[in-house]
Amino acid sequence: MRKAELLMAVVMGLFSIGLMWKSTELPIGWIPGSGPGGGAFPFWLAAGMLVCCIVILIRWFAGTSPFSKSKEIYMDDFAIKNFVLVAGALAVMIGLIHVVGVYVSVPLFLIYYIRFLGKHSWTIAGSLAVGTPIFTFFFFEIALKISLPKGYTEPAFYPLFDIFL
Amino acid sequence: METLDLLLNGFAISLQPINLAVTVAGVTVGLFIGAMPGLGSINGVAILLPVTFIVPPTSAIIFLAAIYYGAMYGGAISSVMLGIPGASTAVATTFDGRPMALKGKADYALIAAATASFVGGTISVILFTLFAPPLAEVALAFGPPEEFALMILAFATFIGLGGDDIPKTFFSIFIGLVMSAVGLDIVSGEPRLVFGDITGFFHGINFLVLAIGIYGIGEMLWVIETSKGKSVISEATVSFSRTLDALKLLTKTWKTMVMGSFLGYFVGILPAAGATPGSLMAYGVAKTVAKDPDSFGKGNINGVVAPEAANNAASTGSMLPMLTLGIPGSPTTAILLGGMVIWGLEPGPMLFVEHKDFVWGLIASLYSANLFALIINIMFIPVFIYVLKMPFTVLAPIIFILCIIGGYAPTQSMHDVWLMLIFGVVAYLMRKLDYPMAPAVLAIVLGPLAERSMRQTLIGSHGDMLIFFERPISGTLMFIAIALFLAPVYVILKNKYFPKKEAV
Repeated sequence: MRKAELLMAVVMGLFSIGLMWKSTELPIGWIPGSGPGGGAFPFWLAAGMLVCCIVILIRWFAGTSPFSKSKEIYMDDFAIKNFVLVAGALAVMIGLIHVVGVYVSVPLFLIYYIRFLGKHSWTIAGSLAVGTPIFTFFFFEIALKISLPKGYTEPAFYPLFDIFL
Repeated sequence: METLDLLLNGFAISLQPINLAVTVAGVTVGLFIGAMPGLGSINGVAILLPVTFIVPPTSAIIFLAAIYYGAMYGGAISSVMLGIPGASTAVATTFDGRPMALKGKADYALIAAATASFVGGTISVILFTLFAPPLAEVALAFGPPEEFALMILAFATFIGLGGDDIPKTFFSIFIGLVMSAVGLDIVSGEPRLVFGDITGFFHGINFLVLAIGIYGIGEMLWVIETSKGKSVISEATVSFSRTLDALKLLTKTWKTMVMGSFLGYFVGILPAAGATPGSLMAYGVAKTVAKDPDSFGKGNINGVVAPEAANNAASTGSMLPMLTLGIPGSPTTAILLGGMVIWGLEPGPMLFVEHKDFVWGLIASLYSANLFALIINIMFIPVFIYVLKMPFTVLAPIIFILCIIGGYAPTQSMHDVWLMLIFGVVAYLMRKLDYPMAPAVLAIVLGPLAERSMRQTLIGSHGDMLIFFERPISGTLMFIAIALFLAPVYVILKNKYFPKKEAV
């Protein structure tokens, strides 16, 4: 916890400096006749973020905040394993959406999660992997007319649209 | 009498078939979401908001409000049956609800929770109906300085009353506001904070992307980590005669219900407070005024009634500032407010003038949502118990999919989906270090309004900051805000110079 607290404050502090620097692309001072410049609002807020990070760091070095003394582990092995398996899979799924679209990556993700992480039967995994995209298709594409990304699988949907739209 | 007419008209709207249908659907969905350990009203509203594009705006908001309501009822179910709060708002319900279940009185506890929720909900909706129109009338006179002062006050409540680490709360507010500034500058129209010239940043960061990131993906990661242990579900026997018996017992608790409702309602109005502290406070008061305080924590029915009346009342209370002032009273109403903006309904006092049908339809729907929630809750107790047995490893991936498709739908850009994943992961990592997340969500919703009102004011006053203090209403609001900002400093000084004597 100690290290995580320090690391988070440092990273967020650097991030706020980055934001402040980015805000200066627009005027951050007073523009006569039109009020504060466009960069002023984000600049001073990012400065506020930086101050918060500095306070957190001071307390860390002074040992006055609870986490600066905590001997607890930030993430134990169980947490790290789960985090990697779940967040990693999410990233892979979103990445795959660009290539093969929602209707291929979603079933893959469901099978991976339910069958392999959750260790449920193929019946449960399979029926959800088939049912979810069908429901999604009718709800979003047909009822809401929101086209979901399909990647290379786009042509496969033309006949379906001919029927339902 | 005008209010009554408007309310009757509202009932006519809320009882239209589509609105009635969405109320029932929303309440049912909310009950299930509330009953799931770890998921509460905010998760439900954030994840399902994109789904509501299918119905007209009024129905959409009625649906989301019904989810909010249902979740408040549902939270009690897992508090009683599993001993795990179904949502943070139902934490206090576990104190006596769980012991009751262990004594074989689970059905009594569930019926008590549902009835108390109904009483809390109904009393608070009546209070709402009485307070909203005059408050909106006062708010009509507000100009940009007052609007800005109100928002500062909203943020100040997080510092003074939020109870989280102060620098981390400030940080959360600031980062939410900065994210709201991404996109095109409202005055000059120039692009601002467009990182790496990625075109996706030009349309700004949608509040939903942050909300689903935090309350969908981040929350799920959190629940997966914290729910390692298997839980044991209590058995509940439900029968008609026992239900009648329980209701008879409840008539003796009416004082507690009324107390919880009033307390919850007024605490709920404050942006940082809301249903969780409201229900804890109601529990505390019920215990203090009881003749037998020792029986609390061991299965006293008053210990279930007080927090449940309060958390439903608080959810109505938090809608009061949202509809009348445009300032959300809770993170869930912050998302509702964001949704209203998407649908072109600018929240604030003008709603009561320009969109009377919408406002009164929504208010009337709260009355009916309450009634439906009570009926559905009591009728389907066995179903909810069955659902609680559903393994999380089946539920979690489905929620993830809903988050991703829901995050994509409003803007139809993959950029937002990636951003949502990043927010979710970062929120999860920060939450482990006790960074509060609710202020950031409130900030990203209020950010554009705050910046606009501040800049309008400063243009008018030629840069003179004192204008916020010179006008009577905004001055008063600002002074209350400053007092709240300074409250933690006062506590620190007091503890330093007048330390409490500790018992040896």
